[in-house]
Amino acid sequence: MEYFLQQLINGLTLGSIYGLIAIGYTMVYGIIGMINFAHGDIFMVGSFIALATFLALVAIGITALPLILFITLLVSMLFTSAWGWTVERLAYRPLRGSFRLAPLITAIGMSIVLQNFVQITQGARVKPLPPQIQGGITLVEGVTDNGTIAVQLSYMQIIIIATTLALMIGFSLLISKTSLGRSQRACEQDQKMAALLGVNVDRTISLTFVMGAALAAVAGFMFLLLYGVIDFYIGFLAGVKAFTAAVLGGIGSLPGAMLGGLLIGLIEVFWSGYFSVEYKDVAAFSILVIVLIFMPSGLLGKPEVEKV
Amino acid sequence: METAMKTNRARNWDRNVVLSVEHLTMRFGGLVAVNDLSFNVGRGDITALIGPNGAGKTTVFNCVTGFYKPTEGRIAMRHGAGVSQDQIEALTRTGRQYDDDGDHRVFLLERMPDFEISKRAKVARTFQNIRLFGGMTALENLLVAQHNPLMIASSMTVGGILNLPGYRKARGEAIDFAAYWLEKTGLIDRADDPAADLPYGAQRRLEIARAMCIRPHLLCLDEPAAGLNPRESTELNELLQYIRKDHDTSILLIEHDMGVVMEISDHVIVLDYGQKIADDTADEVKNDPKVISAYLGVDEDEVAAIEESIDMPVHHAKHSQRDEGGQP
Amino acid sequence: MASTTSQPNIIADSIKDALIAAFLAAVLGFFFFALRTDIGPGGLDLTYRWGLWFTAAAIVFAVRLLLNLFIFKAANPITRGIKLSAPEGVTSVVGRGLGPVLLALAACLPFLLMWLFPNRDRQYIDLAILIMTYVMLGWGLNVVVGLAGLLDLGYVAFYAVGAYSFALLAQHLNIGFWTALPLAGVLAACWGIILGYPVLRLRGDYLAIVTLAFGEIIRVVLLNWYDFTGGPDGISGIPKPSFFGLEFNRSGGFAEFFGIDYDSIHRFVYLYYIIFALALITNFVTLRLRKLPIGRAWEALREDEIACRSLGINTTNTKLTAFSIGAMFAGFAGSFFATRQGFISPESFTFLESAIILAIVVLGGLGSQVGVVIASVVMIGGIEVLRNLNWLKDIFGPDFEPTQYRMLIFGLAMVMIMVWKPRGIISSRNPSAVYKEKKKISSDMVAQGEGH
Repeated sequence: MEYFLQQLINGLTLGSIYGLIAIGYTMVYGIIGMINFAHGDIFMVGSFIALATFLALVAIGITALPLILFITLLVSMLFTSAWGWTVERLAYRPLRGSFRLAPLITAIGMSIVLQNFVQITQGARVKPLPPQIQGGITLVEGVTDNGTIAVQLSYMQIIIIATTLALMIGFSLLISKTSLGRSQRACEQDQKMAALLGVNVDRTISLTFVMGAALAAVAGFMFLLLYGVIDFYIGFLAGVKAFTAAVLGGIGSLPGAMLGGLLIGLIEVFWSGYFSVEYKDVAAFSILVIVLIFMPSGLLGKPEVEKV
Repeated sequence: METAMKTNRARNWDRNVVLSVEHLTMRFGGLVAVNDLSFNVGRGDITALIGPNGAGKTTVFNCVTGFYKPTEGRIAMRHGAGVSQDQIEALTRTGRQYDDDGDHRVFLLERMPDFEISKRAKVARTFQNIRLFGGMTALENLLVAQHNPLMIASSMTVGGILNLPGYRKARGEAIDFAAYWLEKTGLIDRADDPAADLPYGAQRRLEIARAMCIRPHLLCLDEPAAGLNPRESTELNELLQYIRKDHDTSILLIEHDMGVVMEISDHVIVLDYGQKIADDTADEVKNDPKVISAYLGVDEDEVAAIEESIDMPVHHAKHSQRDEGGQP
Repeated sequence: MASTTSQPNIIADSIKDALIAAFLAAVLGFFFFALRTDIGPGGLDLTYRWGLWFTAAAIVFAVRLLLNLFIFKAANPITRGIKLSAPEGVTSVVGRGLGPVLLALAACLPFLLMWLFPNRDRQYIDLAILIMTYVMLGWGLNVVVGLAGLLDLGYVAFYAVGAYSFALLAQHLNIGFWTALPLAGVLAACWGIILGYPVLRLRGDYLAIVTLAFGEIIRVVLLNWYDFTGGPDGISGIPKPSFFGLEFNRSGGFAEFFGIDYDSIHRFVYLYYIIFALALITNFVTLRLRKLPIGRAWEALREDEIACRSLGINTTNTKLTAFSIGAMFAGFAGSFFATRQGFISPESFTFLESAIILAIVVLGGLGSQVGVVIASVVMIGGIEVLRNLNWLKDIFGPDFEPTQYRMLIFGLAMVMIMVWKPRGIISSRNPSAVYKEKKKISSDMVAQGEGH
């Protein structure tokens, strides 16, 4: 039981990170109907920016950890957004209105470019960062045959889950209440009509990429803090998992992306905990396939009505 | 009174049925699109399904052609005259989809997947918003429609790869058959042009030609005259008459152009809010106060009152139908 | 616009625009050029490279300025003189003649290479074999993506199935290449059916992610099922193909039988002709299928699935045949890959492979056979050319490692070609049946498959 609880906490933490990346996928898909394959690499870029910022802040002599963390978060969100904007501007905007496989190929191309750019400029070796936030709360303590098991909720996990929650709430408000959110939803429905009604479609799409990249930066920073190791290749697997999460939740749906992220995180952690670490990815992908066979639009996606 | 009239005259659609729809109900969530609808389509007839927007006409089409699974009801397609009601009842009880033996073949369409309805029951259809294979030529479009016989002729592709004489012959015949229909629809000069390149009226005709290439017993046309100019409309009438006469194909059509409907239909069924409000010959339906009220959007009594007040006999009432948005 | 703008304005605009670009590059590059993290003695060290950062921004400024002055904002862009794209008529003539020319060239390529580059022939023939493998894979995937319009992001899975089938059959049952080849194809096709059946009713991008998932599942299983597949160590000692029972050995083999001097090049030439023949078969079968009812049904499916169903076409079966025939070709190519390498491991079957094959198909122009050849030569040949950039060391000094820029340039090329020609290099469609006169169909009319 304690073991289960611990895995649940770990799964939710990992799932939060996936969920944050998945939102970027789902928003872009919702608005321009393309799989932004480079998004996982934007997440990777975000974690590298966070790492460099963190080290730079330490180097110039700031000692207060909360301040460092806060500044790092802001800086990495800001600069990663610039990356997200640029990728859209260079690789996707010229192909707007073109046929749908073209932006998919440029997205894959961009993903290759980003990975190799980071590899060349920052080196191929992994970057370890010692744990910065230690300690936690012991929730339950149980006695088993092998001694005591404590269910730990670390401060790190609290921060991750709380940040994710706060961002999710802020984000939902942004989408439902502001004029930007309204423009986004209008573009999702019909770009041409939205343009006729005075919505700046290009700007709205750019902002969507910027928001997705900012959330990916948060995820990248938290990934760095949680695992303490990053390299130029983390974007691919995290990206594929997050995209899986977005599809599982029903692509185009924000709560779906979060739900899908949490589910993928939980499946991975529980599978590793109870069965085998090696096959955790197989488990996550198999669940995806099974869900899609029975619910072809994902868990929270709008079922597609076949218009005859 | 109505029933009395029907029994007296014993219409073709009651004597020689090709398609019978019985107690058809289609619900989408809470919305009842079609409610307990029953009608017959007579063999060799041109039957029109009319009604105001949202009356459920296209839903009926989609149920007949298998694109929707009806919530309730039975849709029976009969090949050849003389299928008895008993045979249909017996088939229904067995749980099978169709009875394909002998001369009296029956197909229970509500049980069959869409492609089987076209392949076995020989029900062809066109679409309200034209669905051609735009990047393929007119000829290719008609060859796709002959897919199933050509597949058999190519011995499921193996004979085709080896280019066996049997397949070559079948292929030549398929092209000739396609050319025949291109000729009939006046598209033979554009046989090698992509379908998306054709003007609107030609696309409508090509879709009909394509449907005819499955050699259907019943042809379902969803607003074939929509967007056509008067000349094209007249040509369409002639084409449909020709199909009915020379090809032993019954026609069921949805149409808003009352000119077309009244001119060519032998039998008109009027739907409103998913229910049948009239089912008779074109002349009878034209003068039915229920139909007029449905089109005008007012109560039946009001129609009568208005007609009385302006002293106009019912059957001379000029149709000022609330025409539907389908007409550009 | 440009013609009415006066000269000073163009220059001012160009400079302003280039400054913005340089500023953006500086912002983006700050954490990558100016700062670098490295593992040092006490954890991570931060090094500063202001010079590099500044140079990068300056290069962006200069390049952007030149582009602005001479192409983007210029009244007479210099590209107008260069003629990046030939007029329609020329391309169609070239397109018609290109196939036979390429075929003839490919047929005598090994001898041509031996004659032209006597010292490096082995290397070039090996490269030709690699390119030909991708041509075959591209043609195979073209059936699925180009004709049937099904987006398959896990095509490499079937390539892996083919390679491992042959490797395992050879290892356990001592089966030779020529016996294993058809078996590998059949096994891959079976996997295509098994994986395809439950998921082919999914639409567009859902299908894409599921195929991607399958690709990853198969790779992870190959990686972790140590007892069966050797895990990350892979399988080695895969037998080479024999020539009607003759091995390519120093003694008692091919050379002795034909009374010629032994040369290890014989095997390379032989391998080249095997993959050439396999690719030709793929091409022949695909071209034939296109003109048969099944191929026409695939294309119709790409155009409009609902209309297909209204015409009595069983769309599930039709998709399944496309999927499994594509898989079968990948299986053939896979077993060839295994015999060529003599060693396989899961590393050769990553998502990047699928992405490269898909890129070849899309860049070549969906459904175009010649396009696939051109794209393979450009992309795969290009990667290999980039491998041999050691002369750059003379310019930038010995620390400069040119090969690491290989994939970066590859990725950039993918983006740029796609932006330049979104429909691919060859983008018109040949009708599958002709009544009177054969007309090419412009790609603007051809649909791209599910969902759109």
